[in-house]
Amino acid sequence: MNPALWMPLSMVPTGRSVLLRRVQAGHGLTSRLAALGLLPGVRVHVCRNDRSGPVVLGVAGSRLMLGHGMAQKMYVEDGEAEV
Amino acid sequence: MKKRITMALAGNPNSGKTTLFNSMTGSRQHVGNYPGVTVEKKEGRCRHGETEINVVDLPGTYSLTAYSIEEVVARNFIIDEKPDVVVDVIDASNLERNLYLAVQLMELGVPVVLAFNMSDVARSRGLEFDLEMLSSLLGAPIVPTVGHKGTGIEELLDAAVRVAESGTRPKPPEIHYGKDIEKAIGAVRRRLEEQVKFADDIEARWTVVKLLENDSEVAKRIQSPEIHKEVEDEQARIEKVLGDSAEMIIADRRYGFISGACQEAVRSTVETRHTRSDRVDEIVIHRVWGLPIFLGLMYLVFWLTFTVGTPPMEWIEGLFGWLGETVAGWWPAGSESVLRSLLVDGIIGGVGGVIIFLPNILLLFLAIAILEDSGYMARAAFMMDRLMHKIGLHGKSFIPMLTGFGCSIPAIMATRTLENRRDRLTTMLVIPLVSCGARLPIYALIIPAFFPAAWRAPMLWTIYVIGIVLAIVCAKILRSTLFKGESVPFVMELPPYRLPTLKGVLIHMWERAGLYLKKAGTIILGVSVILWAMTSFPKTETTEAGLSPEAQQAAELSNTVAGRIGHAMEPVIKPLGFDWRIGTAMIGAFAAKEVFVAQMGIVYSVGEADEESEPLRDQLKANYSPLVGFCIMLFMLISAPCMATIVVTKRESNSWKWALFQLGGLTLLAYVVTLIVYQVGSALGIGLGG
Repeated sequence: MNPALWMPLSMVPTGRSVLLRRVQAGHGLTSRLAALGLLPGVRVHVCRNDRSGPVVLGVAGSRLMLGHGMAQKMYVEDGEAEV
Repeated sequence: MKKRITMALAGNPNSGKTTLFNSMTGSRQHVGNYPGVTVEKKEGRCRHGETEINVVDLPGTYSLTAYSIEEVVARNFIIDEKPDVVVDVIDASNLERNLYLAVQLMELGVPVVLAFNMSDVARSRGLEFDLEMLSSLLGAPIVPTVGHKGTGIEELLDAAVRVAESGTRPKPPEIHYGKDIEKAIGAVRRRLEEQVKFADDIEARWTVVKLLENDSEVAKRIQSPEIHKEVEDEQARIEKVLGDSAEMIIADRRYGFISGACQEAVRSTVETRHTRSDRVDEIVIHRVWGLPIFLGLMYLVFWLTFTVGTPPMEWIEGLFGWLGETVAGWWPAGSESVLRSLLVDGIIGGVGGVIIFLPNILLLFLAIAILEDSGYMARAAFMMDRLMHKIGLHGKSFIPMLTGFGCSIPAIMATRTLENRRDRLTTMLVIPLVSCGARLPIYALIIPAFFPAAWRAPMLWTIYVIGIVLAIVCAKILRSTLFKGESVPFVMELPPYRLPTLKGVLIHMWERAGLYLKKAGTIILGVSVILWAMTSFPKTETTEAGLSPEAQQAAELSNTVAGRIGHAMEPVIKPLGFDWRIGTAMIGAFAAKEVFVAQMGIVYSVGEADEESEPLRDQLKANYSPLVGFCIMLFMLISAPCMATIVVTKRESNSWKWALFQLGGLTLLAYVVTLIVYQVGSALGIGLGG
């Protein structure tokens, strides 16, 4: 785990798998995202990212759509490097 | 002996819960609202052996936090109503996330039965379950089901009845949250138990865990500032030691427990749940093709709504016409009976005017139900998100606004899909600006009266565009003033595409249409009678000789309450270029926009008028300038939506405040915009005509 290598999820190109490291969200929303399977340590597949507009993610068997603003507040690490 | 039990159905959205509910209860369903909130409460009945089961379909949720109304409603139902058993419907092909809700239900200490739904799909996709082992690890019976085929339902009800009748409180699996969290739980609990008495161990632990999770609902119930201080201290300590919020760690431990259980009892050979859906999505939300497909589907929806809907509308019109004539026939010809007029013009005419839209509404809801059940609606929200984001709303608001072109009533009802109240109110309040179908007759009357053929289509287009632009501007303004707040983070599941079942689609359609009918029978009936009275009383006693029947009718209308209000309004609406006749017609238009045309026909004594009426157009042309014609359209576009819209806004927002705000705000906006257009137009000499 090296925070220097983290980047916002919104910057990850389509087709890449990454590890979710940090979720910057207010109270309540954190729990909500966790209930959807988005919490640190989870592997996330970026199914679609057009660099603006919403991002489509593959998380544990489901597809989630995330607003662009939300994707900017989630920090990830390249999944190939370390599990 | 017959027994009765209450069974609650819980589960994630898209887990097939509703299909299972429909299979269990069939048509024995009842839809209402939970008190105080606009969350639908669906109940049904079914019999299983000697047991009568009352099935409550809780709203679909991902967890039991206090994040959305649905979650609070589901949780409060379980806590307050104490159902005998909770059946948690689980999408077996997406096990871990679905079990997250199950674990939270177990933490509440309610008797839970797990329905592993779509188990056939899960198996065919390479998932193998050791149900016996999983059941003992999770401490709850598990029954595999296939909702749309109805398999496993008997076994599920067997298990549910058995659990409900055993009467013992289940022992939920103890989830160990780790040393630091457990220490915090212990500390807060000791402090809490000094002040509050709990029914048992489970309730006490649950309350403490919720406090540590920052649950706003539970926190509200605990008054003591001491406790809150203690909770904050413990949270700060946890964050310092573990580097993450308590909320996050607790969620993480729950998942840890789930994946521990799954690792032992589930074997997955391949992950394929989404491959087919993904392939469809490659086309459906394609960067280039996505939008044309979306627009094409929307066109299809409107085509279906308005083309297929026309013949049944004519039948209904015929039926009400026949009904009116039959009732009128009870009195001798030429009778001036007030009762007759009330029955024929007020009640039958008024309610008929609303029921006539039922085919449209049914078809529109049918189309929406198909789009929703198939999973397309989520994709539409995806594609519209970028556009809607610019006005401070998100993708989900788009569908209701689009529906508004047909009719504001179903559009406002469709805002139910929006979770956030600010988004929902904003969308609801601006929907009437999207020009609905009932306003079309007004434009169809006025445009040809004042404008040459070449101008007609652009003029109609302009009116619609003005509506759209105003809706966007108003949404933006509302979102940055009254409903200020950070743009709500947009997270939504894209469910796999599924073939909708006929039964499910028809039930969805009927739920909505039933609400519409109920409204037509109650409040609209009442308001129709009031408007009828306003345009009928007081009666003109003396008949002036030499007047044609039409002129007589016009004189009578002028003397009624509505006519008098029209006269009284004249000084106010004069700056808009309107006279008392237009004012009177506008009052009628409050019942339903298209009534404006008929009312204008009466005040200009041309008899029965519709939007094709040439004598009425000649009268308009003789009395008003094109600028006034344009101003009429503008005012009718923006001003007070019809009474049915106001009533629905009241019902959906759960307060008269917002309904009246909508009424007043839009009328004021209409006044200001029309005033500016008329005054500037007059000053510049545009459209004054010859």
